This record gives sequence, structure tokens and C-alpha cells, in this order.
Amino acid sequence: MKLNSFARRAAMAVAAAAAFALPAQADVDMSGKTIEWTIPFSETGGSAKWANFFAPLLSEALPGNPTVVVKFMPGAGSTKGANWFQKQKNGDGTVMFGSSGSTQFPYLLGDPRVRYEYKDWEPVMASGTGGVAYLNAEAGAKFDGSANNLKDMTFIYGNQGATRLDLIPALAWKMLGMNVEHVLGIKGRGDGRKMFESGEATIDYQTSSGYLKGSSAMVEAGKAVPMMTWGSIDENGDIVRDPTFPDMPTFKEVCEATDGCETSGAEWDAWKAFFVAGFPSQKIAFLPAGTDPEIVETFSNAFAKIAARHDFAEISAKRLGKYPMYTGADAKAALGTAISVDADAKDFVVGWLKDEFGVELK
Amino acid sequence: MEIFADALPALSSAWGQILQPMVLGYLVLGVCMGLTIGVFPGLGGIAGLSLLLPFMFGMDPVLGLALMIGMIAVVPTSDTFASVLMGIPGSSASQATVLDGFPMAKKGKAARALSAAFASSLFGGLVGAAFLTLFILVARPVVLLFKSPELLMVSIFGLSMVGILAGRIAIKGVVAAGLGLLVGTIGEGPFNGELRMSSYDYPYLTDGLKLVIVGLGIFAIPEIVALLRKDKAISDRQSIGGGWFEGIRDWWANKWLSARCSIIGVIVGVIPGLGGSVVDWISYGHTIQTAKDKENFGKGDVRGVIGPESSNNAKEGGGLVPTLLFGIPGSGSMAVFIGALALLGNGIDVGPSLLENNLDFTYSIVWLLALANVVGTILCIALSGGIARLTNVRFALLAPFIFMIIAFAAFQSGQNLMDLVALFAIGFIGIFLRRFDWSRPAFLIGFVLSTPVENYSNNANQIAGIRFKESFEAGMAYILSPIVIVLIVLTLLSVVIGLRQAKNIMAEGDIPSGGKRAPLTFLLVVIAFICYALWDAASIPDYAATDRVFPMFVASVSLVGALILLVQMMLKPETHTLFADGERSADAKDNAFGLWPTLAWFAFLLGLTSLVGFILALAVFLVSFLRMRAGLGWVHTVLYAAVGIAFMLGMAAILGRDFPPGLLQSYVTLPWPFT
Repeated sequence: MKLNSFARRAAMAVAAAAAFALPAQADVDMSGKTIEWTIPFSETGGSAKWANFFAPLLSEALPGNPTVVVKFMPGAGSTKGANWFQKQKNGDGTVMFGSSGSTQFPYLLGDPRVRYEYKDWEPVMASGTGGVAYLNAEAGAKFDGSANNLKDMTFIYGNQGATRLDLIPALAWKMLGMNVEHVLGIKGRGDGRKMFESGEATIDYQTSSGYLKGSSAMVEAGKAVPMMTWGSIDENGDIVRDPTFPDMPTFKEVCEATDGCETSGAEWDAWKAFFVAGFPSQKIAFLPAGTDPEIVETFSNAFAKIAARHDFAEISAKRLGKYPMYTGADAKAALGTAISVDADAKDFVVGWLKDEFGVELK
Repeated sequence: MEIFADALPALSSAWGQILQPMVLGYLVLGVCMGLTIGVFPGLGGIAGLSLLLPFMFGMDPVLGLALMIGMIAVVPTSDTFASVLMGIPGSSASQATVLDGFPMAKKGKAARALSAAFASSLFGGLVGAAFLTLFILVARPVVLLFKSPELLMVSIFGLSMVGILAGRIAIKGVVAAGLGLLVGTIGEGPFNGELRMSSYDYPYLTDGLKLVIVGLGIFAIPEIVALLRKDKAISDRQSIGGGWFEGIRDWWANKWLSARCSIIGVIVGVIPGLGGSVVDWISYGHTIQTAKDKENFGKGDVRGVIGPESSNNAKEGGGLVPTLLFGIPGSGSMAVFIGALALLGNGIDVGPSLLENNLDFTYSIVWLLALANVVGTILCIALSGGIARLTNVRFALLAPFIFMIIAFAAFQSGQNLMDLVALFAIGFIGIFLRRFDWSRPAFLIGFVLSTPVENYSNNANQIAGIRFKESFEAGMAYILSPIVIVLIVLTLLSVVIGLRQAKNIMAEGDIPSGGKRAPLTFLLVVIAFICYALWDAASIPDYAATDRVFPMFVASVSLVGALILLVQMMLKPETHTLFADGERSADAKDNAFGLWPTLAWFAFLLGLTSLVGFILALAVFLVSFLRMRAGLGWVHTVLYAAVGIAFMLGMAAILGRDFPPGLLQSYVTLPWPFT
């Protein structure tokens, strides 16, 4: 029951923050303006769903009800859009950006293509998600809460790219001692799921919304067996069960039950550091560097107002899953955890990427 | 079988939802908006749908659907205008229509070509919907049969259409396709992100070139420049004879061809990941292969219009299958469609559950699409007679506005001044491919299929390797499925038949030969580019070898082909067809203007844009072009230019777009639209 109380507390914290923020007098009137919210991915991904969900609510919550348009600028796994946003100097609130875990990882790993600096930007809202890994029926029958019976099997996984968000499942399976062959260059997790369904791939992972929409039907039909979630982070920074999937074990539990998998040491610390950077505050809405503090405040308040809607829990659970949403100072703190991994974790992952995938980041 | 028992009630419930005055009203509204946008090349359904998105939230689901589907459905119909009348492929759906549609327009048969195209579109759309109504019930397992090896073979089958479009010298066609494939590999490698023929110092190329730009550059610019040099109207005779009724009769005479191509359209559209961008080529190839007399193809054979147009509307229906059942969009507009469905917020989301829980909803989508086709086609046929008159207007009066529109369209793809530079550069390649009779369709097919062929071959290769490690049987079962074997046979047949017939199909018309120097120089430039591509791919380090294999393979094959051509050129006399050169044709003697002064006008617009931004540059360009080149009086010049600018501003304002800024804008802050 600890989980539910955590979720409730998180929700209350958000609501309280909203109540505090609402009376602020400084709100800037945005009437007649068009806010362009740029998403550095294509129209089908989770980020698109996320922005499309918030855009009309934001328009309603901002003073003057400006038009909020979501624009898509896919390319180079979001690096293109982020590099573009770095150059934006329109500090009048008409330019907004939404980043995701795939924007954070290349930044954390020191990818040479990254020309953006998270610390320059003004976060106004952050929200998290989770992930679920699942097996095909054959492997699922052997799965007993540990990976012990899975070690002599060969799995095939459709991977979007070694340095993308997929490094979380890849590293987790490796730590469990599973033999997973990565088919690199998949265009999106939807394609990965189709590969799994047609039997080309035998193991898959989806973020929460993708799992709810696409994969849970396969589980019901007996074609897939959920293996584990990545979990959720509690206030002490410990991994606990994902509130959206309270019945599924976390990777931590599976790891503890599996021979040879350690929930301490350099490998575990690296996995956890990247998980914390990639999932609990996965999607963040930003205004560009140098935006007027009053405008930043206005946007923060508007998002707080959205979170305080009486129907928010209901409409967001359906479309985004049950994850906390942060605004104001909480969003800043969420950004802080999203863009800091300690040097050891980074070195470990960089070394592992080189050994396993031959990726050199220089 | 119990699923079929559900189908009938679901179907009648769907019709109940559709046949309401409000729903039909919104459908017609969507169709009208789609027509307005689709007429302009390069804008297509994505721009239109993005335009609708802000209104979607909280709209009644069926009304919102009607509006959106009305818009999507008519884009492949209305872009036929640009393909037939101006030789501009409006979208990937009407590339092949250009090959015979435009020559018909040049012969004064524009209205006939248009109405044949629209009748075929209508028929294709309806056949597609009927087929889908049954097929969607069993589609899921069928689609799942298409794994990487099958998808690879479908792509290669598409590529085999190069055979029939190769032109008189087969190797030239192969090298042209190779060039297209290589241009398609430009940018970040799909597996390790290694750069190919690009650099982070010039970030534009790292994302690769967009289909809109390559399509416009390869087909539209060479035609515009060629027409402009003649300084006449598009149509070579004043009557726009062969009115719309004849076109419909043409369609009726070829109804079986139309039916076959419609089925091809649905089936290829259903296959996820190909995006239907090859559908029109496959059905064009099919049209030629099954025709008895072939000599008129490429010169204005109405069957060359009917085939592709029958398939491209059917394809939109087929594309619904991967979109709705798997959440994998078959095209850009389908991707936006998924986003919009979520906005409707009725809890219906694409994915596996849609068929089981919302079959009536799925049927509503299928038949709204068919209905929108009917409405759109009737409107288009009604408009075609009037719009066809454009082909009688002196081209010098149309050209600046066409330049304006394609520049704007190109700019939509990346919102970057470099889009215009790329359009100009690809247009340059297109002009020379046309002049020296290198197959432009082959180049475009290569470009379109570059990414799928590379991805699927790599996936199939990786997975096959893992399966073969398991056991030999498992590996063979994976690679050689029945579908793969059938596709291999089809591909071989298509190549053999194609190459045997290709000599008759002269997409560029009968281009005479003469003079060795110019064709030889162009070949040397091609060889230099291939060598560069080869060297560039070879320099990709070992750890990213997967990004290296495909461009190296294509470059090597192309290089061998190009070297064979080189040897042949040395041995053959200059009258051989190898040395085809458009500048030597009788046509060329009519040219009132040279190539370079004509191109200079375009370069002028480009250069000025980089200095003062698009809108200011466009104003100067329109005024000077209309005054100096078209020789209009000042009153007309200023009036036409003002109308052009106003139109451009209106489009940009509606679509919420900015224009490319120039050097000036980096020093001075100007208000919209000059930003």
C-alpha cells in the first residue's frame, strides 16, 4: 500500500503547488498570440501524444487563451530539433519545446552531435512515464519471476539504436544474463511491436502508453507474457512498483531473484542512473533561454492550473498513464535529475556501449 | 468465422453513422479544403491535416472524422492537376501520372487526361473500399506474414520497375537508379548514425533529402525550364480538344486495367513500411507490361494515366490497414491522422483492439473515404475543363508563379533556406538527366526505395544470421517463405519483360544523338560522383560497418555500369543512341532562350532570398521577371506581382508558416511576413 500512498502524496503535492501558484498576479496576457510547441519527433510517437494531450488544455489555461499549435521536427533521434531550439531567442512565450528521454541520453553520453545545453533552457512542466518488458509465450512459460530459466535461450529484439532509450532494456537484459541479439535500426517502438507480433522478434519493451494501447491485447490473447516494469522512484530515491502496473514485478525484483544479477555495484548504479534520467521525468516542456521570468511564471502557473483540473486525473490516466506531473520549482528539480548522471555511471555505459555495440562516442 | 457474423451489423451501423446531413456536410467541407490544398504541389495532406488539428480537440468524433477523411481522400485526386497540366508531381501519389499525363496536356488533351484520371481515381477508391470491407477482417494475420525478407522483396520488386522505365539503353537506366539510391543514402546512417556524404558542419544534409524536393527537382524544374525556353503555352495547339467526356470513355474502355490497378493499389498500400510511394510505379509498369501496343507510352497514352490513378486512391484505403490495425502509419498524412484520432478524444485509439471493439468505427472510416472520393471526383471533373485552359496561357506568365509555389512547397519540408538550394541542385541534375536521356523515373524510384531496401536488407540479414545459428532449416524457413518465392519470380519476370520492352518506351520522347563531348562530360561527372560516394562509404569505420555495406554495394554496381558505358562511348560512333542529347533535337531549335539565362532567373530568386528573405526577394523577382522576360506593361506587372504575393501571404497565414529569412533578417528585426 506504500505505492498508492506515494501516488496520492505526489498528486497532493502537485495540487498544493497549484493552489499556491494560482493567485500570482504576474501572469502575462497571451491573447491573440500563437504558441508553437515544437516536438523533435514524428507525429506518431509518445511525445506527440503527450503534446497533443496538453496543447488544448494549455490554450485554455493560459491567460488570454492563445492558440497552441504542436509542430513536429523529427530528425537524428531528436538531436536536430533540440539543436534548433538551442538557437531560439524568442523569449516572448511563442516558442516552446518538448524534450524526451531520447533527447537526454545523447546529451548525457556526450554525443558529438549534441549542440544544445539543457541548463540554458527554462523548464515549465515535466512528466514521467514507465516501461514494460515482455516475452513471447514460449519464454513466458519458463519465466518464474527470475531470469534463471531464460539464460539458455536466444532472444531477438528490435532496437531503435544503442544510444537511445533502448539502452535501458538492453542493459537490464544483459545484467540478467540473458542472451539478447539486437536488430538495430528500428524506426520506432510500434515497428518493434509488429516485429514481435509477427514472430521476428521474441522479446520487446514498450513505454507505458504504448503497452496499454498495443501490447496488453497480446497479453490477453496469450501471445505475450509481461516480464517486468522498470519501476518507479519513491521519495527516498528507491525503486518501487510502477503505480500503473502494480501487479508486475520491477526489474529490481527480477534481478534480486536471478542468480548472478546484483542490485548494487557499478553496473546497477549505472542502470539506475540512466533509468532515473530517462523515465521518471521523461518529457519536459521548455521555454527558450533568456525568456522573461514573468512569462516562465505564467506558463508554470498555467500547467499547474491544468494539473489542478478536477477531471485531470481521469483524462490523463487514460491517455498518459498514472504518472506525476511537475510544474514550477518541481519541474526544475525534475530537470536536475534528468540531466545529471555521475561520471562513473557515464563511463560504465560508454564502455559497455563500445564493447557490446562497438559504438564510439567521440 | 464469427468475425464475419459481426461484420454485417457493424457495416450497417457504420452507414447509419455516415448518412446524416451533418456528417455529409463536414465531409464536403473537408473535401473542399483538401482540393484547395491538394491543387498546390508539395503541400499535400500533411499540411492540410495539420491545419485541421487545432480544431479537432473535443469535436464530435464522427464529424471530426468526416472532416479529416474528406481532406485526406482528395489529395491524391486533386494533385493530378499539377501532374497533368504542368508536369509537376504533386505528391508521391502522382509521380507516374506525369509520364503520360503531361505529354497529353502538351498535345492539347489536358481535359481528356484529367477526366480519365479522375474517373480512374473514383473507381479505384470505390474498389479499394469494397475490397477493404472484407479484407480488413482477415488483414491482421496477412499483414503479420510480411516480415523483413518479404518487405525487402516487395521493395526490390518495386525497384525492378526500373527495368521497364530504363529507356533505350538499359545500363543507363540501371546507373540512373543507382544514382537515385545513392542520393537516398545521404545523411545519417540508419543503424549507427554514421554520416554519409554529409557533415555536421552543414547540418542540412544530415537528415537526408526529402521526397518532395527530389520529386519537384527531378520532374518539375526540368519541365518548367524547358517550357520557359520555348516561350509558348504548354499546349501546342489552341483547342483543348478531347473534352472531359472522352476521358471518361477512355476509362470505360480500360475498366479492367483500372480494376487490376486498383487491386494492386490496395494490396501494396496494405503492406506496412512502404508508404505506398511505389504503388504508382508498380501499376504503371503493370499497365505497360500488359498492353499490346506500347509505342505511345511516355508520349501521351491515356492508359499511362488510368493505371497509376486507379491505384493511388485505392492505396489510401489500403494504407488504413497498417495505420488502424498496427499503429504504423503508411504515409505522412496517415501519421497525422493517428495524431488527430487521439485528439478526438473518444477513447478510440489505433491499434490491435480497434477491430474487435470498434468494427463499426473502422467501417465508418473506410466508407467515409470512399464517399469522399465520389464527392471529390465529381468536383474535380467539374473543374477540369476550366483549369485545363491554363495550358493555353503563355508559359512566361505562369512560370514565375509556378516557381513561387514550388519554392514554397520545397520550403515546407525543412523550413530552411537550404531547401531551396537543394531544390535548385536537384533540379540541375534533373535538367541534365532529361537532356542526355537518362531515365528520370529510374532515378526517382531508386531514391524512394533507398531507405526501405537498406533497412529491410539489414534487418533480414541480421535476423537470418541469428536463425541460421539456430539451425539451417530455421534460417531457410525464415528467408524463403512462399511469399518471398512468389515475389522473386514476379521480380525476375518483371525485369526480363521490362528490359525487353523498355526500348519502346521513351519517357523523354525520341531524343536524337550527335556530338560526343557533352554526353561524355556528363558521364564523367556521374562517374566522379559515384567514386566520391564509394570513397565516402569506404571511409566509414569498421564499428559502424552496417552503415557502410549498402552504399558501397550500390556504388560499386553503379560504377561498373558507368564504366561499361564509358567503354561503349569510346567505341561507338557519335550517332549511336548512347549519345542522346536533347539540345540536338528539332525541338531545341524552337528554343527562344538559352538554358543558362533561364536558369539564371531561378538562381536570381535563390540568391536574393538568401540576402533579403523570401517575400522581399519574391516581390523583386516577380516584378522583374514579368516586366523583363514576359514583357508586360508596368500596370500588369505590378498587378500580377501583387496578386502573387497576396496569395502567398494568404497561404502562409492560413497554414501558420514563416518564410525563409535572409542575411538582412539577421541584422534587422522585421515584422511578419518579412521575418
